[in-house]
Amino acid sequence: MKRHLLSTADLSRDDAELILATAAELRELADRPIKKLPALRGRTVVNLFFEDSTRTRISFEAAAKRLSADVINFAAKGSSLSKGESLKDTALTLEAMGADAVVVRHGASGAPHRLAHSGWVRSNVVNAGDGTHEHPTQALLDAFTMVRHLGGSGAKPSLDGRRVVIVGDVLHSRVARSNALLLNTLGAEVTLVAPPTLLPVGVESWPVETSYDLDAVIPKADAVMMLRVQRERMSGGFFPTAREYSRRYGLDGRRMATLQDHTIVMHPGPMVRGMEITADVADSDRSVIVEQVTNGVAVRMAVLYLLLGGSEPAVGGEE
Amino acid sequence: MTTYWIKNVSILGGQPTNLVLNEGRIGHIGDLRGVSSDDGVEEIDGTGLIALPGLVDLHTHLREPGREDAETVESGTRAAAMGGFTAVHAMANTEPVADTAGVVEQVWRLGREAGYCDVYPVGAVTVGLAGQQLAELGAMADSAARVRVFSDDGKCVSDAVLMRRALEYVKAFDGVVAQHAQEPRLTEGAQMNEGELSGRLGLAGWPAVAEEAIIARDVLLAEHVGSRLHVCHVSTAGSVELIRWAKGKGVQVTAEACPHHLLLTDDLAATYDPIYKVNPPLRSTADAEALRAGLADGTIDIVATDHAPHPLEDKDCEWAAAAFGMLGLETALSIVQQTMVDTGLLDWAGVAERMSYAPARIGRVSDVQGRPIVAGEPANVVLYDPRATRVVDPAESQSLSRNTPYRGMELPGRVVATFLRGKATVLDGKIQ
Ligand SMILES: [Zn+2]
Repeated sequence: MKRHLLSTADLSRDDAELILATAAELRELADRPIKKLPALRGRTVVNLFFEDSTRTRISFEAAAKRLSADVINFAAKGSSLSKGESLKDTALTLEAMGADAVVVRHGASGAPHRLAHSGWVRSNVVNAGDGTHEHPTQALLDAFTMVRHLGGSGAKPSLDGRRVVIVGDVLHSRVARSNALLLNTLGAEVTLVAPPTLLPVGVESWPVETSYDLDAVIPKADAVMMLRVQRERMSGGFFPTAREYSRRYGLDGRRMATLQDHTIVMHPGPMVRGMEITADVADSDRSVIVEQVTNGVAVRMAVLYLLLGGSEPAVGGEE
Repeated sequence: MTTYWIKNVSILGGQPTNLVLNEGRIGHIGDLRGVSSDDGVEEIDGTGLIALPGLVDLHTHLREPGREDAETVESGTRAAAMGGFTAVHAMANTEPVADTAGVVEQVWRLGREAGYCDVYPVGAVTVGLAGQQLAELGAMADSAARVRVFSDDGKCVSDAVLMRRALEYVKAFDGVVAQHAQEPRLTEGAQMNEGELSGRLGLAGWPAVAEEAIIARDVLLAEHVGSRLHVCHVSTAGSVELIRWAKGKGVQVTAEACPHHLLLTDDLAATYDPIYKVNPPLRSTADAEALRAGLADGTIDIVATDHAPHPLEDKDCEWAAAAFGMLGLETALSIVQQTMVDTGLLDWAGVAERMSYAPARIGRVSDVQGRPIVAGEPANVVLYDPRATRVVDPAESQSLSRNTPYRGMELPGRVVATFLRGKATVLDGKIQ
């Protein structure tokens, strides 16, 4: 594995399988009375969040603490975009604190890449979501969740031949980018569904199919992932009204009825109920949305453990 | 004043000869027998060197007044001299904006005091570059700075009526409007060339159509009102095609290409290093090739640097937060050699046309700049060694800024000497 996790494009199939297999071992911990492992004792993990995301921050924090790492939460006010503290100055501060890993969330695409490659810090860098670029650990937890439900009986985590449909604002979605690359690496067939205005230029060169017609693709899907669609996109002219969007691209009870029996429904959160997904679908038996959150901690434990070079086996030697 | 005998030099790549610079003029070319030599003669061995007319840049950001931390008229013109330039046109997007006779005269005077280059201020088209109301174009034209080039560069004059009026109005004093062609709504928040890579990197795209739509409109406006239009920093193959079409129809349009658009391409954005962030953005290889072909066949009239200094903190950050722009004066001639001469697309006479004669004509300064190297003409001359190579070290720059995208690259050629009206501003490759 590379030193940093900046993009799911950095992960070979072996890397991805190793992370998912490690996460599966660590996931067992969640069901035990003592949830803590000594694997990263004495190591410092900094959660550097330039953007508010309590969910992601808490998930990383829980992951690091269960591995006995010291955790520093650093909520940087604004970014150099808003003339707040600059990325560079913040990075130099973290370096002085002796951070072993920096988990960074930033509103600017590429900010984690800058952090990793500018020479400002020596730490391992984990991208916890950058602008409209990528969110690799979200894709890993999504893949992990899919493998648990759809992964078959093979020894290795695999999504070979599985059909995943990702629906919504692909253009602005870091989750969609990371998922498209990772799921392809794991053998899944990915279809992106969106109005043409919300598909990126050049999407035809991605390792995915695309469609403008949700009804045509979901009956064959094994997993349907709904992306958040922000209402502000209307003023950008990306679609006319929320009502028209929901009618054409929302997942409601009627559409859910056309899914195969085993098909799961996913959402990276936070959901806009009534926009891309109706409440009855979000709360249905098919929905694995709550499970995604649980799996998030296990996957992030695996990533931190593997990046920080835990030489001991992850599980075993419990306190 | 020192008299220079430059021996065995190749004028525009021609047969080696001798060149005498005397009393600010080109005194004599050819056999030196019988040419009187006073005590003050300094001889320069021109063997292997090419003499070109002093280069003229139509698009320089000198940052003064307002951002003297990034560049001053003095530091910028020193960089220009090191690049072989004897004249630069200083863009208007200073603080305050060069939109009054007072500001353009200040810049012009600072240029005269520094003495490294002739500095021709460009006047803003609209007050404060705000695109609302015409600046006092006539007052700037009538000032000591004798402004003939007007531009809101950095911003596009996007209002069609205002653009039409500006094109018409400057006819009264033989001016030209130099348009930064960027449709603003199509480029809100734009960060890099729109294409497959921008989608992958999650950086907002700057589509070619945003440049081409404005150029198409402007050449039609220029034709309609019979005015001169100059298009700044053409960056796309489609723009080259539009300008070729307009010239074919007889529209009075001229255009410039920047060295960085001739050499560099958008794949550099994958580093997320804002040293490669520039406006208009680096484009595709096909675009760069179309620019080279357009420059070779004359569709693109000139090379202009768009030299844009920025302090370190404006580049040492995440891509979206960084400023647009890169240094260009000291590397322009080398890059033109690499992309146009060494590839066989242009000869040295062609380089002189595109980097000296033509920009001087467009800027209406060809009475004193962009003159041929013949006896009696002003001694604005650059001596260039095309066989030298150098590795670009930003620390060696005369600019106050360090934002060169060519750091560590080996480039061909070296400016050995630059003469401004017979006075050496650069000698032995060193600023004087
Ligand atoms: Zn410009």
